[in-house]
Amino acid sequence: MTVPVAWYLVLAALLFAIGAFGALFRRNGITVFLSIELMLNAANLTLVAYSREIAELSARITGQMVVFFALAVAAAEAAVGLALFIAIFRQRETIDLNRLNLMRW
Amino acid sequence: MEIAVFILFALVAVISAIAVITHPNPVYSTLSLIVTLFATAVLFVLLGAPFLAALQILLYAGAILVLFLFVIMLLNLRRQRSTSPRGRGQVTVAALGAVLFFGTLAASLLATGRPEPGALAPVSLHQLSRALFSHYLLPFQIIGLLLLVAVIAATVLARRAPAPEEER
Repeated sequence: MTVPVAWYLVLAALLFAIGAFGALFRRNGITVFLSIELMLNAANLTLVAYSREIAELSARITGQMVVFFALAVAAAEAAVGLALFIAIFRQRETIDLNRLNLMRW
Repeated sequence: MEIAVFILFALVAVISAIAVITHPNPVYSTLSLIVTLFATAVLFVLLGAPFLAALQILLYAGAILVLFLFVIMLLNLRRQRSTSPRGRGQVTVAALGAVLFFGTLAASLLATGRPEPGALAPVSLHQLSRALFSHYLLPFQIIGLLLLVAVIAATVLARRAPAPEEER
């Protein structure tokens, strides 16, 4: 008895919503970044769940390849994002997002 | 059996995801995210993608989140916790937005038409690597270039300013 794909989709939506809540709600920049990673992970789960559903082999490989490239992009994004946090912290001595309002209109 | 494993690890993923966004200490948030990623890796195995599960653990939990931990320890964030007031109604608006978002997302995902599943043999590593180095060779090279650019950018950004009058 396999798990219906709808369960995976609902779980992914729930994880994505939790991540979205964290990104809107937290003031610590690192935690907001972690919430974004959580959302990315939920999107990957959706892709893998759909890739199981498709009977055609090449389409299933495509689904897994997209997740592979998403993981690599996530690594690049994390490296640049964390370097930005270090640079901001050097300048401002804080990464509290409410205090980083230099570009606020 | 499969359903039991799914429910167990789905619960682990959701609970640790909630811990990620609620814990005041970013170190514990990062460790909770590692638990979420491990649970998701188990779900990847259930979905017939063991290669992605291994990548998830090696790359995400092993490399990216260790980088997060390093940065958190480098910045030493413990002494400045909740220094600024939360915006008025921020909790309400964020919760409302997340719940609405979940509803829309779940409804649209469930309403999407799906083809009938075929024989559910997992995609073998052989097939994946053959596709990666033939059909996806150009994206693969571009990803390598992107990672190189990201490494250079991170080094430049995180470098101390070489100005003669250093402000620290």
